[in-house]
Amino acid sequence: MDYFTQQLINGLVLGSIYGLIAIGYTMVYGIVGMINFAHGDVFMIGGFIALITFLILISLGLTAIPLILLVVLLVSMAITALYGWTIERIAYRPLRHSFRLAPMLSAIGMSFVLTNYSQVAQGARVKPIPPFITGGYTLHESADGFVIQLSNIQIMVVVTTIVLLALFTWLVSKTRLGRDMRACEQDQTMAALLGVDVDRTISMTFVIGAALAAVAGLMYLLYYGLVDFFMGFVAGIKAFTAAVLGGIGSLPGAMLGGLAIGLIETFWSAYFSVEYKDVAAFSILIVVLIFMPTGLLGRPEVEKV
Amino acid sequence: MKAPSPHTAKTATGIAALLKTAFINALVALVLFSLMVGIRTEAGASGQLTYWTRFGDLASLVAAVFGGSIVIELLRQWIGPTGAENLVPPAVKSGVSFIGRYLAPALLIFTLLVPVIFYNQRYILDLAILVLTYVMLGWGLNVVVGLAGLLDLGYVAFYAVGAYSYGLLATNFGWSFWICLPLAGILAAFWGVLLGFPVLRLRGDYLAIVTLAFGEIIRLVIINWQDLTGGPNGVSGIPRPSFFGIPLDNSDDGLAARLGIEYSPTHRIIFLFYLILALALLTNWATIRLRRLPIGRAWEALREDEVACRALGINTTTTKLTAFATGAMFGGFAGAFFATRQGFISPESFTFQESALVLAIVVLGGMGSQLGVALSALAMIGGFELFRSLETYRMLVFGMAMVLIMIWRPRGLIGHRAPTVYLTKAKAISSDLVKEGHG
Repeated sequence: MDYFTQQLINGLVLGSIYGLIAIGYTMVYGIVGMINFAHGDVFMIGGFIALITFLILISLGLTAIPLILLVVLLVSMAITALYGWTIERIAYRPLRHSFRLAPMLSAIGMSFVLTNYSQVAQGARVKPIPPFITGGYTLHESADGFVIQLSNIQIMVVVTTIVLLALFTWLVSKTRLGRDMRACEQDQTMAALLGVDVDRTISMTFVIGAALAAVAGLMYLLYYGLVDFFMGFVAGIKAFTAAVLGGIGSLPGAMLGGLAIGLIETFWSAYFSVEYKDVAAFSILIVVLIFMPTGLLGRPEVEKV
Repeated sequence: MKAPSPHTAKTATGIAALLKTAFINALVALVLFSLMVGIRTEAGASGQLTYWTRFGDLASLVAAVFGGSIVIELLRQWIGPTGAENLVPPAVKSGVSFIGRYLAPALLIFTLLVPVIFYNQRYILDLAILVLTYVMLGWGLNVVVGLAGLLDLGYVAFYAVGAYSYGLLATNFGWSFWICLPLAGILAAFWGVLLGFPVLRLRGDYLAIVTLAFGEIIRLVIINWQDLTGGPNGVSGIPRPSFFGIPLDNSDDGLAARLGIEYSPTHRIIFLFYLILALALLTNWATIRLRRLPIGRAWEALREDEVACRALGINTTTTKLTAFATGAMFGGFAGAFFATRQGFISPESFTFQESALVLAIVVLGGMGSQLGVALSALAMIGGFELFRSLETYRMLVFGMAMVLIMIWRPRGLIGHRAPTVYLTKAKAISSDLVKEGHG
């Protein structure tokens, strides 16, 4: 039971990271109707930028950890958001009215560009950082000596995710931008006729998605203590799986799907085999799509002739 | 009085706008590259991260973006907003189509003569075999993507199934290549059907992701099932193919000895060349023939409109499954060939990058066009060879090329194959027959 609880905590933390990435997928899919294949790599870029900012701040002599974290968070969100904006501008906007495979292929190309760009720019080796946030709480100690740990970093990941989610839900449901986004999701032509700047709204969608991916990248860096240029691919597919599992286009669905994937992966590693955890996650994707093509919270797709 | 030429007026304001655009682009580039390029991190000997600055590289990159955007803007103004379509005058176009008619036979004859022309150039022969392998993979995937319109991002899984089928059957049971080749195709086709079942109800992007996940599952299983596949170490010592039972080696009953000619290791390379050429041509021939059968017509109909297809009573289930199985079978053949050529296979050869490469070949060649796929395989693999010295930049350039070509010609470089049969003229239907009036 203790082991189970510990895995539950680990799974929820991992799931929060996946959920943050999945929101980027689901938003873009909802509005533009394409899989932003490069989104996993945007997450990776976010991790790298966070790492580099950390290094600079530390070498500048800053010691206050909350301040460092805040600055790193803001810098990494800002620059990664600019990456998201640029990617949309270069690789997707010219293809918006092209045939349906074109943006997908362009996105795959972009994903290769980002992966190899960071390999060329930062080298192929894994970049570790020393643990920044240490300590934690012992929740329960069982008779046979097994300890349930809740570390501070785990608390931070979950709290950050919840805060961002609340902020984001407010953004989508209450602000002008959120209304524009929902309008574009329903009908771009009609939204444009009613004075919504569709191009700008789509750009902002990519910017917000990339900023959330940057937060996920930072959390990943803090939680696992390393980044490498290839981490975007697998994380990206899993986050997409999460988005599909939750019902693509649905924001709470993306978070729910992220948590589900995180839990499945953690429990699979804990009780079956670590080697096959990715196989388990991908199999879930296939199984979900067979039996529930619209996901947990998705709307059924209406087929128009 | 002559009015001032609108052209000069446009250029005058153009320069200011041009510089502004270029400046903004350079600024964006500066922010983008500031940390990723300007600072280089590396883990030191003790695991401690160190960093050093590279502001020179950063400055030159930003300058390149500035210059590049000026050049692109100028080109755009010079060519005009109509884009690349009108660049080619009709005379050239008809000339191209004239060449196009004779290009395929000419190319085929040239390919047949390659081993004769380059007999002693091992490098060129090896490269030609590699190109032909990708031509075959491209043609195989073309059945799925080009004809049936099902986006498959996990094609390399079937390639892997074929390669491992032959590799394992040959090393464990000593079966010959010629028995394993059809088996590899059948096994791959079986996996194709297995993949086909879950994805029957999916379309477009969902399908792409599921096939991608499937490809990754196959690769992960190969890596982790160490008892069977040897895991990351792969399978080595896979036997070379024989000339229908006669070994191609230096021994007394080898082909060279039997024919009474002097043995040369080139014989085997040339045999491999003709083997893959035959396999590729088989793929091509089968595709062309299938396209004329009802099933091929059904594939094309499926690609054009799935709903209409179902309304017309075409069984989309069998249509999709046969497309997956046929494509997978050719992938399996190519995989078996790959295993026998390399003599060694490992999961590293079957990554997602391979799938993307084959898909890029099909799409850039113009989906459905057989000649286009062959030409783009040649261009792509040849291009890869040119960049071989720049190993790390190779995939970067590949990705950029993919994006740029999609923007420039989303329907492929060579051309797009229209359905084999279609209605040339819309027929007027009497208003009595339709509810809404004239159809």
